[in-house]
Amino acid sequence: MTESAKQSLMSKVIVCAAFINGFAIMAIELLGGRVLSPYFGSSVYVWGSIITIFMLSLSLGYLWGGRLSSRNPNPYTFALFFLLAAILSLPIIFLGEWTMTKVFLSIEDPRYGSLVAATLLYFLPICFMGMVSPYSIRLMVSSQEHSGRMAGLLYFVSTLGSALGTLMTSFYFVLWFEIDQIMWGVVGSLLFLAAAVLITHKIPVGDQPTKDSPVAAKQGAQ
Amino acid sequence: MTAARFLNRLGLLGCLMATLSTGFATAEVIHEERSVYRNIIVTEVDGRRCLIFNAVRGERNQTCMNMRDPQEMIFHYTRMTMAGLLVNPNPQNILIAGLGGGTVPTALHQLYPNAKIDVLEIDQAVLNVARDYFSFTEDDNLKAHVVDARVFIKRAGLQGAKYDFIMLDAFTGEYIPEHLLTQEFLQEVKQLLTADGVLVANTFSTSNLYSHESVTYKSVFGEFFNFKLSGSGNRVIIAQQKPLPLQGTLSQNAQALYEPLKVYGVDILEFPVRLSTKPDWDESLRVLTDQFSPANLLGQ
Repeated sequence: MTESAKQSLMSKVIVCAAFINGFAIMAIELLGGRVLSPYFGSSVYVWGSIITIFMLSLSLGYLWGGRLSSRNPNPYTFALFFLLAAILSLPIIFLGEWTMTKVFLSIEDPRYGSLVAATLLYFLPICFMGMVSPYSIRLMVSSQEHSGRMAGLLYFVSTLGSALGTLMTSFYFVLWFEIDQIMWGVVGSLLFLAAAVLITHKIPVGDQPTKDSPVAAKQGAQ
Repeated sequence: MTAARFLNRLGLLGCLMATLSTGFATAEVIHEERSVYRNIIVTEVDGRRCLIFNAVRGERNQTCMNMRDPQEMIFHYTRMTMAGLLVNPNPQNILIAGLGGGTVPTALHQLYPNAKIDVLEIDQAVLNVARDYFSFTEDDNLKAHVVDARVFIKRAGLQGAKYDFIMLDAFTGEYIPEHLLTQEFLQEVKQLLTADGVLVANTFSTSNLYSHESVTYKSVFGEFFNFKLSGSGNRVIIAQQKPLPLQGTLSQNAQALYEPLKVYGVDILEFPVRLSTKPDWDESLRVLTDQFSPANLLGQ
């Protein structure tokens, strides 16, 4: 594979990652209301807590992701965001009830209870998912001239993903699956993205490749 | 939408709107209360005062009061919830989820002045309106709590509280609080019930949700009374921890309750024969749980 072909493939992977990441954030957010409701109810303040924590996590994720992207941007760090987001989403599945019981017992007011529970369960994974956005822009932008265009494309794709993630989760997924099954889908997708980024990065690049050169074909098959 | 489902819906809508249809144009809005959840309107026409949740799809009565006879229970479903008394005719600790205009709590308070009654209402604005326009008054034995029913019931269970009469009346037929319709929630409710206690749940579910809901109740309580009246779109579920009483006991209790309930317009004598334990739902459908509770989607 040529260097430019590989770069173009990596760009496609990054665009896909932005889409799936946006999708996953909103799927988790929508399920958050259902996760918290058995303990804190489904009042308007429970949604207030969830949206507050998601916005806060994303905003800090953007800030830190942007800072990280200015020093030696590389696909390993990028893949690490997805890996960590996936691992840090697991407590939502395994420790959710335990965490919420503890919070429920120690905080009487369901407004602050839901705020604390939402922080404990969602802050870290969503923060890492927020770091994806600025970092992916840095990885895609090769020249200043294109930066606005690339940022626009990535915003478009990730927000489109969020819109679809919201729609699919609220209209269909909750009807087809259990909450934990959907969460496993999210974790699986994030792990898949981490792997896709690393595999794409590891694709060997031929020195002087020509299309009909047997050497290049052999290398490509490896 | 199949014809049957459409008719079902129409019936539901019809029964709720019927009382108002006679002269809605002349109904006077006497109060509007802003709420976090939805706007509340109080109207009055022909001496009938109604609390209405302002919904986008059109107004719908939540509760009405005959100003000339405030005790009269105007709606089928309100009268039907009194059937719970057939199973436990002498409740001492009552829990009611969903206040509305306060018709049921007020009636139970009059019937059993010594019973402790806790009423749960999620919306402060509903409580304000009930106090100001539907003469709902609290005292040492009748207390309203502005709280989500699930939160209150979970905490009450942890504190070891017990009730011998629990009524779930938080469903409006328009939007269903999905966390109040799951197996886990019903288990929490069951934990609050005394050995002789009764659960009365007023539901409006139609189509598939009716079956899902029935299967869920059955999974927690086993056999329950399914109570329907013709001309009413809702049904009332009556469940107990122990086996349900026999017809003889129900009729006996009905005789004793007939006089005290007469002033509310409740003809309790016609209730016992309509308490059915025969499943009239699709028993193969899935139980609703905290993990799977798309109640509002299933009711479509």
